[in-house]
Amino acid sequence: MTEAGKEVSSYLARRARWSPFEIVFWVFAFATIWLFPSKHLILTETAILALFALSLDLILGYAGIISLGQAAFFGLAGYTAGLLAKYEIINEPVVALLAAGAVAAALGFITSFLVLRGSDLTRLMVTLGVALMLGELANRFSNITGGADGLQGISIAPIFGRFRFDMFGHNGYTYCLVVLFICFLIARRMIYSPFGLSLRSLKGNPLRASAIGIPVNRRLIAIYTVSAGFAGIAGALLTQVTAFCSLDVLSLERSADLLLVLIIGGTGYLYGGLIGAVIYKFLQDWLASLTPQYWQFWIGFVLVVIVLIGRERVESWTTAARASIYRFCKQLVARAAPADSAASKGH
Amino acid sequence: MPILETIGLEKRFGGIVAAHDVSLSIEKGARHALIGPNGAGKTTVINLLTGVLRPTAGRIILAGNDITALRPHQRVRLGMARTFQINQLFLDLTPLETVGLAVSERLGHGSDWWRLVGSRSAVTDEIVEIIERFRLTDIMHERTAILPYGKQRLLEIALAFACRPQVLLLDEPAAGVPDAERQELLATIGELPADVTVLLIEHDMDLVFSFADRISVLVNGGLLLDGAPEEVARDPRVKAVYLGEELDA
Repeated sequence: MTEAGKEVSSYLARRARWSPFEIVFWVFAFATIWLFPSKHLILTETAILALFALSLDLILGYAGIISLGQAAFFGLAGYTAGLLAKYEIINEPVVALLAAGAVAAALGFITSFLVLRGSDLTRLMVTLGVALMLGELANRFSNITGGADGLQGISIAPIFGRFRFDMFGHNGYTYCLVVLFICFLIARRMIYSPFGLSLRSLKGNPLRASAIGIPVNRRLIAIYTVSAGFAGIAGALLTQVTAFCSLDVLSLERSADLLLVLIIGGTGYLYGGLIGAVIYKFLQDWLASLTPQYWQFWIGFVLVVIVLIGRERVESWTTAARASIYRFCKQLVARAAPADSAASKGH
Repeated sequence: MPILETIGLEKRFGGIVAAHDVSLSIEKGARHALIGPNGAGKTTVINLLTGVLRPTAGRIILAGNDITALRPHQRVRLGMARTFQINQLFLDLTPLETVGLAVSERLGHGSDWWRLVGSRSAVTDEIVEIIERFRLTDIMHERTAILPYGKQRLLEIALAFACRPQVLLLDEPAAGVPDAERQELLATIGELPADVTVLLIEHDMDLVFSFADRISVLVNGGLLLDGAPEEVARDPRVKAVYLGEELDA
């Protein structure tokens, strides 16, 4: 390799390296397992929402596909996981989770051909349509899905035959968080690969992308399928930790909430869905405790304010705050690092 | 055998004939220019060649392969790349990423989703070579959106060049470039490797006559003349066409 070539590859490698912010984010996320045991139920919902939002961020933030139908994949996999457990087809939750994700990915692959065509508006309508159709099918075939009463009588076996889903949701939360982390790792790896770079290019300028030899449609199909799989894993997680699945997994509201999460958190940097999910869930929780009946008013209010002010301005206002958090994180990591190496020498 | 050949190419939009009976023959390594007044159909021809438009009739042969029915990205793989009259760049990416995109796509790593960008030395070495050739080294980490126009024009060509085309189509490469940056651009175009065939679509007669070794003149969607620069410069019909345009203007 030439000297300049080495420089370029080390520059690119540096850019893909974990930043102090990311390390602190995940250390803190895993620390919540021990720090906030009483909050595990809402944290579980948050982790699932975060994974679901990550799935939308992959297509919206990186490939520029807007969707109002992610619930189709979430719901399909949710019911799949429920049925697999109810009829004891696959007892092991992790295997069932993967199977349900694969079913959702298959639906994503098939419906991806519908979103290849057309503009943002057609895509919104097509994705919405697919989700609505699935919702009605689930309603119609209530002998399979339990209809409006939901799918009942699900009992989920312990994970790896060892970790039972306890009623306080401790193991459930750990399970969701680990799954979220693994999916995040895969997404992150993908984003920093040539494949991820090509996605960003075809989001920016599909005409030129095809003019330099990128098969635009094939890339879109691939990422849409992966995104559907991630959404499916999120849906299957919800069924597994609640041992229940009802029609609302396929509702329009669920897809719409997801867009709200990404509006709050931002798109195209992977953490948008995660941060957005945390803010959204805790805002919802807090507002609901203040005004149990009218909390949606305040959620709506916050959204209108965010959109009117504009994300760029919010970002510029918080730049100073983020810079100081970043410095703080860096110090933390710098202090932790010598301790780590000392500890590893001790072994 | 010519490297790029069109046989009786025709394109109609409804009742309007944008190009008719265009039969071009471009030799390997040529510096071929396609000129013509506004509305002569130059852009239509380039869109037909690259596959953005499908011809109503006629065939296109690239290095012996009939590419008439192929999609744009397939033509790129067979060795034809183009630049655009109006920059078509990835504004959020850096020149490094932009060139890297084309290089890794051509080397077949474009769908590689597990390895990190820049982890293959064959790719990074080639990126560096192209970045240097197009004088983009000092700004390779800047966002494309904030680059000076002349640098964007260079990147426009670098991106097409990164596809390692046998035939490079340059669509008015110097259009709108301020004088201060113009020399750098023209010098870079002049230094393109001799084995790359260049088809230049241009308005600027100074550039055409200093660069091209063969010129085709397109008028009203049809070929008027095809010949060496001196021949074209002498031809009374060409003078009439350009004089007519000037009188209109």
